[in-house]
Amino acid sequence: MKNTLLTILGLFIAIGLQGQSAEERGIEIAKAADAYDQGFGSSVTKLTMILTNKQGQESTRYMSNQTLELTEDGDKSLIVFDSPRDVKGTATLTFTHKEGSDDQWLYLPALKRVKRISSNNKSGPFMGSEFAYEDLSSQEVEKYTYKFLREEEINGVNAFVVERDPVDPKSGYTRQVVWYNKENYRLEKMDFYDRKNALLKTLTYAKYKVYKEKHWRAGEMNMVNHQTGKKTQLNFDDYQFDLNLKESDFSQNSLQRASR
Amino acid sequence: MILRLINSTPINNRWRNTFSIGSLLLLLSFPTIAQDDESIFKEFSGYVGADYRYFFEDGLYNGQKRSFPSLIIQPEYLYEWNGGDNRIKFIGFGRFDRDSRRTHFDVRELYYQTVKNSWELSVGFKKVFWGKTEAVHLVDIINQTDFVESFDGEEKLGEAMVQLSYSSSVGTFDLFYLPYFRKRVFPGERGRLRTSFIINDDDVAFESQAEETRPSFAARWSAFTGPFDLGLSYFNGTGREPFFRATNGGGFQLFYGIIEQVGIDIQATTGPLLWKVESIVRRSDFQDMWALAAGIEYSFFDIASTGLDIGIVAEYLHDDRGLLSFSSLDNDLFTGARFAFNDTQSTEFLIGGIMDLDKSTKLWSIEGSRRLGNSWKAEIEMRLFDDVDQNEFLNFIRRDSFLQFSLNKYF
Repeated sequence: MKNTLLTILGLFIAIGLQGQSAEERGIEIAKAADAYDQGFGSSVTKLTMILTNKQGQESTRYMSNQTLELTEDGDKSLIVFDSPRDVKGTATLTFTHKEGSDDQWLYLPALKRVKRISSNNKSGPFMGSEFAYEDLSSQEVEKYTYKFLREEEINGVNAFVVERDPVDPKSGYTRQVVWYNKENYRLEKMDFYDRKNALLKTLTYAKYKVYKEKHWRAGEMNMVNHQTGKKTQLNFDDYQFDLNLKESDFSQNSLQRASR
Repeated sequence: MILRLINSTPINNRWRNTFSIGSLLLLLSFPTIAQDDESIFKEFSGYVGADYRYFFEDGLYNGQKRSFPSLIIQPEYLYEWNGGDNRIKFIGFGRFDRDSRRTHFDVRELYYQTVKNSWELSVGFKKVFWGKTEAVHLVDIINQTDFVESFDGEEKLGEAMVQLSYSSSVGTFDLFYLPYFRKRVFPGERGRLRTSFIINDDDVAFESQAEETRPSFAARWSAFTGPFDLGLSYFNGTGREPFFRATNGGGFQLFYGIIEQVGIDIQATTGPLLWKVESIVRRSDFQDMWALAAGIEYSFFDIASTGLDIGIVAEYLHDDRGLLSFSSLDNDLFTGARFAFNDTQSTEFLIGGIMDLDKSTKLWSIEGSRRLGNSWKAEIEMRLFDDVDQNEFLNFIRRDSFLQFSLNKYF
């Protein structure tokens, strides 16, 4: 009896899905992924960035990041650089918006100056790495249009493969192809296509850990640039979700204090 | 607390450490020193550097040298406890130079800060920056300029203060009590970028009977809304900028008057284009003035997908003191371009020029920097004084165009 019910339910879902366009299914997955991670509140983490050039030479940067989740508007985040030592204490404060440009301030410790900067730089490299600014900014659903491509197995897990196109014309990409884990919607892999629609970079996620029972965070992200042969590894350590950060922790005074 | 110390490390070592940090630190941190180690953060950092400055021409005045090798040290120490709600910060600075006056040491910062909710209290020596424009910093008045370090006014001396700051949804409110005034220091006999006469410490007069101990007060409100960032500031006390006064003996004297200054600074950030305005009105018994700086900054990002950013800056500068203006920026136009390659070594260039719109004077500058390895940085700087009008203050230093190389090691 139970089996029959499930089969009927399954049939209804299958019929329902057939009636859904690839675009509808794509945005549904993106929204589900967003909803799945909702409620993390705030997080703090330490980052290590390892840049490798074509010849295999490495250089390492250290920084810390704190994020505050907002539901009505985009998230707020604060990044502080610890190395290279000549930029130690340089910090950025970003208020992401679901629509329109983000607000961004830069703190320069040598001058003690807080400077509002243009957030138009999307495609430029972040700290000389293979990550562009837009790869690291808060991934709001509204920043892309979506198209469901297929389901497939990747790294031994079942995944939804969705194409997403950046809404912002300043983006360095025509499209991205995203592999969402079917079970918990965490990202497994992402392909980036440049403005000429050629494959530019591939990002893979590894060493996932789950926090507060449902918030999956990768411990390692690897970005490989196929066109230049350079790569950047980003490691996340000491994730903390229980600090209960407030909006006041993202003020201009907080920005100056965070720079240490 | 004592028990914990004995248990954790041999007591001799522990005490030696404590005393080496300094008794002031111990006193201030005493009430909370028994905190968990996790909420304590301490770090020693800073840089040492060497630079070589070469002047293209002989100086106008007797005794001036042409080449200046120089050594710099900037140690920094931070001690935070209560998870950053309390901190002591120290930044020292020292330069050894051929010019005895440019050889100088300063406490840039040495302050205690405590944070409670949206309130922040700082006591000690500190640096504070106000303003928006790039070519001049009109509203930025808290700290005295370190004139021997940089003649363009970008470097500042540490200023003793009590600062109370409150952050709210309608902006940040700051109150300052500045108990002690610091005089501007000028180059010595061998030094360049100076006037024909040497300005000694004794050649200084104050309007206030209390001289340096006449306290100053300041207040500032700053906020942002939509694309706008704005600040309103007020200062009452001994002006940081001296007047030059002829003495009976035919020499010159520096005079620091009591001033009141109101300043406003606004920036509008519209996509790649930033609009900036700063203006001040200053009143004193000797001179009233107003000045304005207004301009734009436009950025081209990631040009041809190379990562290169080019920023263009144009600013108009006006000072109604005209020829009496210390800065010589009475009716001038600043234009500049910044090239940031955004490569692993953070290579950057800055090219700029200030042109006087009434006179022939032009001032050019080129600055470049590049990281070497992970913790070294090479810098180059060139300043050119071109066709300086003889009625301008800059006429004193018209032969002081120079080229400088620097190498810094950060730790």
